Amino acid sequence: MKQEEQNILEMKDIDKTFPGVHALDHCSFSLRKGEIHALIGENGAGKSTLVKIMTGIYSEYEGSYQFNYEQVHFRSVKEAQHAGISIVHQELNMMNDLTVAQNIFIGRESKGFFCSDKKINEETEKLIREFDINVSPTELLKNLSVGKAQMVEIARAMSFDATRVLILDEPTAALSETESEDLFRKMQDLKKRGVSIIFISHRLGEIMRVADRVTVMRDGAYIDTLNINECKVDDIICLMVGREIIEEPKQISHVPQNAEVVLDVRNLCSSKVRDVSFQLRRGEILGFAGLVGAGRTETMRLIYGADPVRSGEVFVNGKSCTIRHSKDAIENGICYLSEDRKRYGLVLGLSVTDNTVMASYKKLSKTGFVDRRGCDEKTNFFIKRLGIKTPSGKQIVKNLSGGNQQKVVIAKWLLKDMDILIFDEPTRGIDVGARAEIYHLMDELVAQGKSIIMISSDLTEVLRMSDRIVVMCEGRKTGELSIEEASQGSIMRLATKHETRGALK
Amino acid sequence: MNRKSLKINSIMTGTGLQKLIAIGALVVLYIFFSIFGNHFLTQDTFVSILDSSYYIGFLAIGTTFVIITGGIDLSSGTVMVGSALIGGVAYNVWGCSIVVSLLIVLLSAILFGLFNGILVGKLGLPPFIATLGTQFISLGYCSVIAKVQTQTYPRLTSEDGWFKQIVYKNNGFPMGMIWLILFFLVAWILLNKTVLGRYTYAIGSNEEAVELSGIKSNHWKILVYVVNGFFCGLAGIIYAATFSSITPQTGNGQEMYSIAACVIGGTSLSGGVGSLSGTILGVFVISVLKTGLLSMGLPVQWQQVLIGVVVLLAVLVDVIRMKKTRAA
Repeated sequence: MKQEEQNILEMKDIDKTFPGVHALDHCSFSLRKGEIHALIGENGAGKSTLVKIMTGIYSEYEGSYQFNYEQVHFRSVKEAQHAGISIVHQELNMMNDLTVAQNIFIGRESKGFFCSDKKINEETEKLIREFDINVSPTELLKNLSVGKAQMVEIARAMSFDATRVLILDEPTAALSETESEDLFRKMQDLKKRGVSIIFISHRLGEIMRVADRVTVMRDGAYIDTLNINECKVDDIICLMVGREIIEEPKQISHVPQNAEVVLDVRNLCSSKVRDVSFQLRRGEILGFAGLVGAGRTETMRLIYGADPVRSGEVFVNGKSCTIRHSKDAIENGICYLSEDRKRYGLVLGLSVTDNTVMASYKKLSKTGFVDRRGCDEKTNFFIKRLGIKTPSGKQIVKNLSGGNQQKVVIAKWLLKDMDILIFDEPTRGIDVGARAEIYHLMDELVAQGKSIIMISSDLTEVLRMSDRIVVMCEGRKTGELSIEEASQGSIMRLATKHETRGALK
Repeated sequence: MNRKSLKINSIMTGTGLQKLIAIGALVVLYIFFSIFGNHFLTQDTFVSILDSSYYIGFLAIGTTFVIITGGIDLSSGTVMVGSALIGGVAYNVWGCSIVVSLLIVLLSAILFGLFNGILVGKLGLPPFIATLGTQFISLGYCSVIAKVQTQTYPRLTSEDGWFKQIVYKNNGFPMGMIWLILFFLVAWILLNKTVLGRYTYAIGSNEEAVELSGIKSNHWKILVYVVNGFFCGLAGIIYAATFSSITPQTGNGQEMYSIAACVIGGTSLSGGVGSLSGTILGVFVISVLKTGLLSMGLPVQWQQVLIGVVVLLAVLVDVIRMKKTRAA
């Protein structure tokens, strides 16, 4: 009975259907006062739907919802906020052209029609000090780093006096390791103040570190709630996918020492990249580790011809290449799979087939007319080979899950017959099950003699996949490790090897 | 980095740069026409520069609000002329007093603004389409009411001619300027010191975030279009007082000058960014250009070509600036 009393939020038998989809199937969830409660499940498991009901975004559902020991039914975000539930959304939901203070107090700037910035700037100053965010209240939000913007959003959520429950929807997805650390510390502070936190994340390592309990969801149903100190990562994964996947770091590299060098980058410089050199061998996965903003993506953009090179040389298969445009890179067999698939990798409104053949029309057309049958054949081949889960090639890419969208991007470049694939955060926003498939696919590609550069901020991923690891910090390469000598510690040491101004150590 | 250099930096990346360029353009154009134009530096020319800045000014103030929300208004010109037509009908046919007729101009424009607002905010039409529809409807409907007759407002010498003094006092004082400044201030307060203004910027910046903050963004959008309608109405009154006889055809294309003024003044068509002071600068760039080209004896069509060029240059500055900000 005492257990029941502690629950500040209690949902029972929640049922929600959208046309054609049973999003939540008699789902239950309970949250204790002052705990960090992780909510986990593959994409489409129903986490977002559940959270949206909690916060009043969806107001039509069946079931019982108790908050603060009272039966509630929120009909709007505002109602939920006033009752004490605030949420920080996965995609940062801020207004970039407004100042920090204007963002924090949006909707609460004044009781009347007129408003002034003076008062909210003062209030914001207090919040900033309380949350230890190093920004000015009058700074425009678009000038902030992702990490700071996130902190501002959390400060906003906590600035409601009533807030007793804070929901963080994948808060670390876009954060660097140090920024994540800051966030976790903040979460512990809030917990001490008696705030309950619902923490949605795909990163199991984080959950094991910060959460007290974890609730697993699958296919719109509640599966189980575990105490973190009584369970192992594998237990959670089992519950999530209903099958076992084990992610062990790679022990040794199978790439021979004398494998031929397919890409040789020498002394590459630009406004953000300083003197970066490295080699990529055939059949190798070269990991690029570092904190967000270390210059990894920027380096790849130079190699791919997306940004202008200031100085330096690139050799592909031993031949010197001048790459001024992505077209040059593609002609040399180099392709780049952006971390932001939806913006740079796919045309979301087109079908799987259209996306797959997008870059290969030269190959698949005759005298200006597209060879439809050829396109379908090739696409079907890749759907089968990569295991893309889609009813057919005609399916619109927008309707696929993140993992399958990533596979379509891969198919596009395989069809174009690229030899060097640069993956930028290949599994961002992809759930655990699909992630394992992408890993498997990457392993297969290198086994066939392709070469891969993989940028990743997830150290487990770097250690699981790479044969060799290049670590960057502040636009410089700070070290290179073979997989045998690499560990989380050694990578992080190199990733934080900031320049000490002036004197050498 | 100290505060001062931060500030300079924000001027160079903000709308400040575009404003500086607009001021520069204004000065350069003025000098250019003084040298190459005939009788450019005369009072008559100055008067006609002011004449065309009043109504474009009011239109552009309204349009600035709409563009900052991420919308566009293609109907402002026809709403202005259409409302002025209806006011003329009220005065000439229905026998209303001049004051009531002018209020009818204002009311009619506000109603068209509300109509736009409902189309965009309530029914969710894209602003481009909604206001394109209103463009046709407003001009067509008002012409029907006017029986496609030119509507004439009282001349200076006739009984109700005093109303022309809202543009020029009998002693030649440009009264219109006072009204423009006054309503510029009203609009400035509305945009910078009220919740409406705050939400105008917020909606243009990220409408979804506004919704998720518990704000009914659609209601505010409707209000923004109503405000826009109000300024179109003021433009209609000034237009009637300036030109006296209103022909239905003159409404076409005025909205483009208004949009161009906003863009020249640094208001971003993607929303979230813009200022009224920039817009007013843009208005003067356009009216100097219009009048100046006439003084050079070039055919009217050249005005259109050159205003097009200026708009493209203004947008180009915006694009280059955006690229620079991203690269920095």
